[in-house]
This record gives sequence, C-alpha cells and structure tokens, in this order.
Amino acid sequence: MSNTISLMFAGVGGQGSLLIAELTSLAAVSAGFDVKQTEVHGVSQRGGSVETHVRFGRVAKVHSPIVTPGEALAVIGLEKLEALRFAHYVNAKEGTILVNDYELIPGSVANAEKIYPHEAIDFLKSKGLRVIVLPASKIARDLGDGRMANVVLLGALSTLLPIQQETWDKTLKLRIPARYLEGNLKAFQAGREMMN
Amino acid sequence: MREFLLGNEAIARGAWEAGVKFVSGYPGTPSTEIIETLATRFPETNPRWSANEKVAFEEGMGAAIGGLRVLVTMKHVGLNVAADAFMVFPYSGTNGGFVVISADDPGMHSSQNEQDNRYLARVAKVPVLEPSDAQECHDFIIAGLELSEQFKSPVMLRTTTRLAHHKGLVEVGERKEVEQKEFVRDAKRFSVPIYRLARRPEVEKTLNALTEYAETCSFNRIEHNDNKSIGVVTSGIAYQYVKEVMPEAGVLRLGMTFPLPVNLLREFCSQYETVYVIEEGEPFIEEYMRNLGITNLKGKEIFGVIGEYSPGRLQQALALGNPPKPYTEGVNLIPRPPMMCVGCGHRTVFAALRQLKVTVSGDIGCYTLGALPPYEAEHTTFCMGASIGVAVGLEQAGHEDTVAVIGDSTFIHAGIPPLIDAVYNKSHLTLVILDNSATGMTGSQQNPASGKNVMGEDAPKLDLEAFCRATGVGSVEVVDTWQRKGIVNTLRRAIAYQGPSVVIARGACQQLPEMKRRNVIPFVVEEELCTQCDACFKVWCPAITRTGQNFPVIAANECTSCTVCAQVCPTDAIKLAEVMV
Repeated sequence: MSNTISLMFAGVGGQGSLLIAELTSLAAVSAGFDVKQTEVHGVSQRGGSVETHVRFGRVAKVHSPIVTPGEALAVIGLEKLEALRFAHYVNAKEGTILVNDYELIPGSVANAEKIYPHEAIDFLKSKGLRVIVLPASKIARDLGDGRMANVVLLGALSTLLPIQQETWDKTLKLRIPARYLEGNLKAFQAGREMMN
Repeated sequence: MREFLLGNEAIARGAWEAGVKFVSGYPGTPSTEIIETLATRFPETNPRWSANEKVAFEEGMGAAIGGLRVLVTMKHVGLNVAADAFMVFPYSGTNGGFVVISADDPGMHSSQNEQDNRYLARVAKVPVLEPSDAQECHDFIIAGLELSEQFKSPVMLRTTTRLAHHKGLVEVGERKEVEQKEFVRDAKRFSVPIYRLARRPEVEKTLNALTEYAETCSFNRIEHNDNKSIGVVTSGIAYQYVKEVMPEAGVLRLGMTFPLPVNLLREFCSQYETVYVIEEGEPFIEEYMRNLGITNLKGKEIFGVIGEYSPGRLQQALALGNPPKPYTEGVNLIPRPPMMCVGCGHRTVFAALRQLKVTVSGDIGCYTLGALPPYEAEHTTFCMGASIGVAVGLEQAGHEDTVAVIGDSTFIHAGIPPLIDAVYNKSHLTLVILDNSATGMTGSQQNPASGKNVMGEDAPKLDLEAFCRATGVGSVEVVDTWQRKGIVNTLRRAIAYQGPSVVIARGACQQLPEMKRRNVIPFVVEEELCTQCDACFKVWCPAITRTGQNFPVIAANECTSCTVCAQVCPTDAIKLAEVMV
C-alpha cells in the first residue's frame, strides 16, 4: 500500500473537483503509473458534497479505487466545509491539506448561515495537521474567471506529486477546450508558484 | 491499446467490440453512462432509451430471439420493473447473445433501497457474472455474450456503484461483426404459457449444464498462497479491497456467482484453516456455502450487510487497523445535501405546495429534494410511479387534500396505469406533472416527452395534455413553471375541481444542453431600490448570496434568467442586467 499515492478531492457539485481529479489521473497515466479513480456523490445533481478518490502507483498494480482514511498524501478542498468533511483522509504525519480560502453556505440546511463552521481551518491546525490555505478563488477571479479556482489548486497540488511539469502541461492541453486553455494554464502556473 | 475508462464506459466499449447490434435501457444510477457512451461513441450498437425497463427488456428479448447480440441496461430497481419478462425468458432461451446489466447500489448513493439482484437471478435461473475492475467490465461483457449464445440463456452482469463508477486502465480491442442468428417461428419454444410444461425441464437442463461449467470456467480464479491459515472467497469490487488489505491470503475470486461451483468451493475451503467470505450486499455466496455444509467460514457476522465495503471497513472488521473517523467533536460538521439547480422549475411548484399546506405524495426524480428544507413539502416517496396510487389510497383513507407530484419521465415510465386507474375508480386525484422535457436526476436524458431520442435526433413528442384528457381526466391545465402566482392559482383550481385533475407545470430542465447554450441576460439587484426585505432569499436560489452590506447579489454567470426572484421583489429592485445600463 505504501507504494501507492492516494489523493482525496473534496468540493461542492459544480466546483470542478471531479475535473481536477480526472486531470491528475490522466497526468499519472501519462507518466506511466497504474491509476484508479472513483467519485462519490449523492443524488446526481448540483450543490451537494462531491468526493473524488485518486490512487496511483508504479511498483505494484493499484487495487482499490477507494482511499482509506489516514492514507492520503493530500486532501484537496475546494471549499472549507468540504475540506473539513474529508480532512480525516489525510496522512496525519506526511500528508497535506490544501484548502481554497472559500466558503459556500449549504442551501438546503436550515440556518446554515448561522451554524457554518467558519473556524474549520484553525480547528484542523489545532489537530496538528499540515494545512495550507490558498486564495485560489481570488486568484482565479483576478485571472478573469472564478471558476478556475480548481485549476489553481491543481497547480499547487502538482508540486507535491512525482509528475513532471511537461506532463501536466500536455494533459491540460489535451483535456481543456482550446478557448479556456490559456486561462487555465495561467491558473495552473499561479497555483504552482504559490507553493514556492 | 489502453484507455482510462469508467466501469460503465468499459462495458459500452466491450459491447461494441462484441458486435452488439441492439441496446435498450432506462436511465438509472449507476447504470446510465453505458447507453450514453454507446450513443456518443458507438452508435453502430443501435442504442435507445426505452419508456421503462420492462419495455427495454422486452425489446431486447425480441431483438435477441430475432438473432442479434443484445445489451439491456438498468439499475437494480429497474430489474423489478422488468422482472416479469426476466423471469420467463429462460423458458424459451435466446438465439443471439443477451446480457442484462443490473447495476446495484450498495450504500444507496442514488437509490431508495439496497437490493442484491443476484437473488432475482437465482429465482429466474439466469447466470450472473460479477467483474472486479474496469478491465473485467470490458472482458466479461464480451465473454458474457458468448456464454449466452453457448447456453442459449440470458445472462446477468451485476455491477455495483463502485465498479460502475470507478476508472481504471483497460486494454481495448476492435469491433468484430457477428453473423445474425436465424429466427425460426417456433411457438413451442417462444409461446411460453401454452407450452410451459414442455419448456420447464429445459430450464433445469440449462441450469445443470451451467453449474457444471462453473466448476472450470475462467470467470472463477484461484490465487493460492503457501500459508494456509487464511483463505478468502470473494466477488466483485470487494476482491480489490481483499488484495489491498489481505495481500497474503489465498483467494478464490468468483467471477460467476450464479450458479456456484460446488466442488471448487469445497476443495478451496478444505485447504485453508479459516475462510472469509467477503461480498458486497447480501450473504449470497456465503449462505450457499453454509448450505453445502462448509463450516470453517466467517462472513457477514463480521463484515455486515448494510452499505458499501471499502478497504478501511475490512481493516476494521478484521482488526487489522482503525482508520480515523470524520472530525465531528468540537466543530460543527454540517451536512451538505444536494439541492435544486439554479433556475430549476421545480422550486416554484414546491413553494406553492408548501403555501397551500396540502399533503404531497411524491415520486422518483430530482423533486424528491422537495422533501428537504427549505420546502419540506413532500410527504411520501416510494418508487417509480407510486405518487399516483399512494394519493388515491390516501384519499380513500380520508386524506382528500393529497396532491400527487411526478416528473414527465417517471409519468411515462410508471404513472400511466395508475392515472387510468384513478379515473376509472372515480378518484378526485390532483396530479402535478413536472414537465421539464428530461429525465433530470440521472443527467437530463431524453424521453418520449422531450421530442429527442438518445442520439439527439428529433423524435415524436408525446402530447401529455392530450394524453391525460384521453384517459378521462376532466381538468387538464398547463402552466409556465416559473410563474409563481400562476402555479398557485392553477393548483387551487385543480384541487377544488370535483373529479380527477392534472396540472402540467412546464419548463425545460436547466441542465439540458440547449438550455445551457442559451444566451442568458442575468438579473441584477439595484441596491438603491432594495430595502433588504429578504424576499428574494426566500426563493432559495443558489445564485443569490449576500454582499458585505447585506444586499442580495446574483451570480451573473449562474443566473438562468428564470425571473422568479424578480417576481417576488416588492420594490422591483431586481432587473434584467441590460435594463440597468
């Protein structure tokens, strides 16, 4: 199991967590790894929690697509509450939680505005976890489209993974439609630079 | 060549390679992507969405006895709808290869129940294949069609959510055309009720031959280990978790779980001190093994029957580890259920139903979300089409204020006989058909009311209002689903009507490609006119949030211009963006 790299992507339906998980998987395939991926969501509509598991390894075949809590090299949270929800998946000793500095109040929960855990990040840090908060939504908005927050986070994540920059670029070029490509390459690069 | 494919995409690819020439099904998570993939990538397989699973199965049955290779797809509860045909098909047997996908949903991610359809296959006496990864999804569909032709038997391929919805690398091949088998008119074979007694022994003969085949077939695989203390019998995706958590165990992986291989199971178990039976769902294999008198078994008493399995769950059950739990102590980990989309036309209907304080008998679709806050305006939901029958029954029990709510696709699927029944039995039923021209919850697929088929081509469009009138419903009204007052007034009239009435709340699903492609002029809030009365927040549109100064703000790239927030604003502060300029 230790030869396998496990990642957990958490977000809200519509934020594009599945897309960056998919890009990670494709980059890993391209880099020669065996890869498995799976997503979990409730009824297949918008606005609910979405979790995507990615596991890849070079030495042995990857068996389970499901990440076991406590083993993830990184938990990538596109939203704070969702980062909190899946934080226990991170390897507490060696793993990192990458969180977008962004709050989205759940619409279908009574009094959600009042009971939302705004202190989620401090709480996770108090548990001794390595938490990196990135203003991905803000950076994406500055680059012209707030929806690219996911790709900013992907850029940040890429610095933690054994996949070369040119493999990432190639994967983004293959997968992102031409008219969005330039913006997304910039968003990716901005995410990488934030981790320097 | 290797492709990174979803289990469902791998099934589609395999069916194409195997020369399948007819595919039918009804959308249902986690099976839907099979037909979607066939329609977009492999149209020569001739895929279609059928009106419901029974129709899909029967069309497939006809195509298969007619000599084609056939794939039929549905979710687990879909097979309940198709069960009538499923149970009788083995009596005639098939000509062309016939595989039905039963996509089971342990954990009920998108279903109303957990149901292990291997039991249904046992009742029908139909062999069951269970792949363990995306590669086997691809391989087993090809082998399954061959098996079906070899034994002239329909075959079930059972997937589960994790198998259908995981991606892995798949070695793919090219399409091989298969010659159509000959259909010879033969009532003694294909008119089952008349000749049932003659056909009955044939079913047992086939089953016996399959049982013998199971002993040596390549679907089942033994991975022995020198250490004979622990053996595992497993199937499906659970095999992967076993390899992850118990890499040292000897494994009998059953790829065919009905009929089961008696000697192989006995022989395997005799070689290990303790044998764990690890299968998602019910103890289907385990019970069979216990009935064979095998006693060195451990199974459901430690792994449990409810929900999905995972490596973490096996670790815990076997006392091999204790994975951390979500952080819930000292922090408020509030849930985030899904909600109706921005601009969803269902929202106004549930707001109206809530306002009218009626009992609502709901149905299967996105509108089950009407039961959640902020609406809490749906009080019963069971299964496809049940809204109407349950409303009729509630009326008989004295709850005459009941309104049945059903979507267009679900109405066509299973709402038509109960509507006819309601009229026939003189009910005062009030029925709302939420007509969004899509099978929404599974991803806005086409249906007979949408005027398009699975290929996106124009298709005859069912005239819902004419249809309802033809059943004898006295009052049929159509209303624009985004007109709040119109919905309330129309509902009031329908409820007051003495006799069965139908309200069709019409407005296209916002997830339809043509809706997404539209040029939308978004609404904006003019802060000088806004009194911060919060009326627009009570529309519960996810695109409306607050500014730092507590004014509402509408996300321009999300607004669908549905107008509902503008309708409720008492000071007309919400205007179309270009009117502002």
